[in-house]
Amino acid sequence: MKLAAGIDIGAAATKAAVLDPLGRLLGGAVLRTGVDFGLAGARALDEALAQAEARSEDLAAVFACGYGRKNVSLATETRTEIAAHAAAAYHFFPRALTVIDIGGQDNKIIKVNDQGQRTDFKMNRKCAAGTGAFLEEMALRLDLPLERLNSLAREAEDEARLGAFCTVFTATEVLGKIREGAPLSALVKGLFRSVIKRVLEMDSIAGAVVMTGGVVAHNPYLVEMMAQELEREVLTPPQPQLAGAIGAALLALRSREQAR
Amino acid sequence: MPEAPPPIKATKKMKELMAGHFLGLDQAAREGRPKVAWCTSVGPAELLHAMGFAVYYPENHGALLGATRMATEVIPTANAAGYSPDICSYLTADVGAFLKGVTPLTQAYGIASVPKADVLVFNTNQCRDVEDWFAFYARHWNAPIVGVRSHRGLGAVQDHHVADIVAQFKDMIPTLERVSGNKFDIDRLRETVRLSKECTLRWRRVLELAARTPSPMTFFDHTIHMAPAVVLRGLPEAVEYYDLLLAEMDQRIAQGIAAVPGERHRLYWEGMPVWGRLRMLSDLLSEGRAAVVASTYCNSWIFDAFDERDPFDSMARAYLELFIVRDDEYKERYIHQWVERFGVKGVIFHDAKTCPNNSNNRYAMPQRLARSLGLSTLVLNGDLNDLRLFSDEQAKTNLEAFVEQMEELAA
Ligand code: SF4
Repeated sequence: MKLAAGIDIGAAATKAAVLDPLGRLLGGAVLRTGVDFGLAGARALDEALAQAEARSEDLAAVFACGYGRKNVSLATETRTEIAAHAAAAYHFFPRALTVIDIGGQDNKIIKVNDQGQRTDFKMNRKCAAGTGAFLEEMALRLDLPLERLNSLAREAEDEARLGAFCTVFTATEVLGKIREGAPLSALVKGLFRSVIKRVLEMDSIAGAVVMTGGVVAHNPYLVEMMAQELEREVLTPPQPQLAGAIGAALLALRSREQAR
Repeated sequence: MPEAPPPIKATKKMKELMAGHFLGLDQAAREGRPKVAWCTSVGPAELLHAMGFAVYYPENHGALLGATRMATEVIPTANAAGYSPDICSYLTADVGAFLKGVTPLTQAYGIASVPKADVLVFNTNQCRDVEDWFAFYARHWNAPIVGVRSHRGLGAVQDHHVADIVAQFKDMIPTLERVSGNKFDIDRLRETVRLSKECTLRWRRVLELAARTPSPMTFFDHTIHMAPAVVLRGLPEAVEYYDLLLAEMDQRIAQGIAAVPGERHRLYWEGMPVWGRLRMLSDLLSEGRAAVVASTYCNSWIFDAFDERDPFDSMARAYLELFIVRDDEYKERYIHQWVERFGVKGVIFHDAKTCPNNSNNRYAMPQRLARSLGLSTLVLNGDLNDLRLFSDEQAKTNLEAFVEQMEELAA
C-alpha cells in the first residue's frame, strides 16, 4: 500500500503527517523547527512514520509546505502552506469555505469555492501582530506559561480593552492595565480579542468558517470567541496544528492520482 | 524547466545610449553649457529640449538607487534630515545619497556626482513629492525652480484643464530663456514634440507586442527597455532605439521565442516596480510559468496626444491624460481594457508603502476588478525603493500561492 506524507516547516513548529491512499491520517508529529529546517523535517517525518507503523519506502510521495519548504530534501515537491491549509480544510468540510489559519508568525485568510478551488487569499503584512508570536511575547511579559492562556481566557469574567496594533505598544498598554488593577484573566481575554481583531481586519468572511493552525490547537477558546464575534459556527479540523501537513499530503495524493 | 530565452541584443545599444546620456550631462554640468534642467518624469521635457537644455531626470536616478539597492542604505540619512520614511522613497533615496555624497553613477560611469541643476522644472501631475524634492536642490544650489501645478483625479480631460496647463507652460518661458540664454522658438518645440510622438508610438508598439501568446517580453524586460523613452524622449536617439528593438522583437516572434518559456499564466502588474527585487520577482514568476505581460507603470510613457501642429495644447493634454492623473472610474476602465486585450487572468497590485499615488489597491479596486472581471487579484505589500518595507519571504509565498491559485482555477 502506497502512502503519502506532508511536511509543514513553519517558522516556529515543524509538522508531519502520513496518510493512507484514502486520505486517512495514520500518523502525525509536531516538533520545534529550530535552525535546521531539513533536519526538523526529517525528524518530524520519522516520528509520523513510526506512529503510522510505516517505513519511508511505503511513501509514494512527500510534499513539503511552509516557510522552510524549499529546504526539505526528502520532499518530492513543494506547495505553499496556503494551498495546503485550503486542501485540508476542504477535505474535512467539503463546501464553500473561509479558512483562517493562525500560525506562529503569520496569519492567512483563504477563500475556497464549493469545488474546493482557492479563489482568494490574504496573508498578514510584514508585521506579526495577531499571530502566535504575539501571544508568546505577551505570555513572556506576563510571566505566564503559554499553556495557561486558554484556561485563563475562558474563566475571565471581564475583558481588558486593548487598542494598540503594535506588539510592543500592546505590552505597554498591558502594563498600564496591570497598574490599574485589571485581573490577569481579563488581560489574556483582551489579548485573544486582539488576535481576532487583527485577523478579521485582513479580509471579509464568506461561507463556512474553518480555523486551522497551532495557535487554535492550543487555545480552543479562541475558536469560541471567534464564533461569538462572527455570530456563526466556526469549525476546526481534527488536530488543527497538523492541517498544513495533512493538506500537503492530500495534495501529494491528488497529484499521484492525476499522474495516473 | 524549459530553457531561458536568449538575452535581448538591443540591450547593448541601450547601455551605450544611457552612458552617453549621463556622461553628456556630467560634461554639461562641469563646463556650464549647455545648461542643465532637472525635470520630473512628466515635466515639460519637450519644452526644455527645445530651449537647448541638457535634461536630467531625478526619478530615473531614484530608480537606479533602487535597482542597485543603494537606496536602502542612504534613505536613513534623509530620514534623519527630516524627510519622513513614509514619503516618496525616490525622494528620500536621492536626497539621502546626495547628503552622503554618493551616487550609483560613480560605479556605472565613473561620474562623481549628479549634475548640478541650473533650473528645476516639476509637474505635480503625479504627486506633490516631486515639488518638495526639487525644492531641496533649489535651496541647496540657489537655483530657480518652476513647474506645473496640475489637476489630479480627473474623469474627462476638459479644455479648461488644458488651457490652465498651457498657461503654466508659457509662464515658465521667461525663466527658461534667462537660464538657457536661448530665445524660445516654436518651431524647435514642434520638432521635439514630433520626436516625442515618434518615440511614444514606437514604445506603445513595443508594449503591445506582449499581447501575443506567448509574449516576447515581460514587464521586467519593459522596466529595462523603457529607459530611452524615459530619459531620451524628444531626441532622435530614442526613436532609433525603438526601431532597433522592434526589429529584434519581430524576429523573436517569428522564431517563436517566449519571454517566459512554457508560458501558462498571463498577469498584469499594477503599481511601481520593486526596483531592488526585479530579478527575484521575475525568476519566481518565470518558474511558475507566469508572464507579466502588461503594466500601468510602463504604459505611463505612452503619450498619445502629442501633435506637433499644436505643441502646447497637445503636451498639456498628453500629460493630463495619463493614468496617474485620473479618477478611479477611469483607472478601472483602463485596466479592464488592457486586461481583456492582453488575455490577462490575474492582476498583481503592488502597494508601495511610500507612494500612495501609484498604489491603486487602497480604495478596494482589487475587489471591484475581481468582481467585475472575474480575475484573481493579489496585493503585494512592499515599496519601490525602501527594502526595509519589503519582505522577501512574504513576497515569495504570496506570489507562489497566487500562481498555484491560478493553476487550480485553470484546471
Ligand atoms: S509618483 Fe510616487 S514614486 Fe513617483 S515621485 Fe511621486 S511619490 Fe515618488
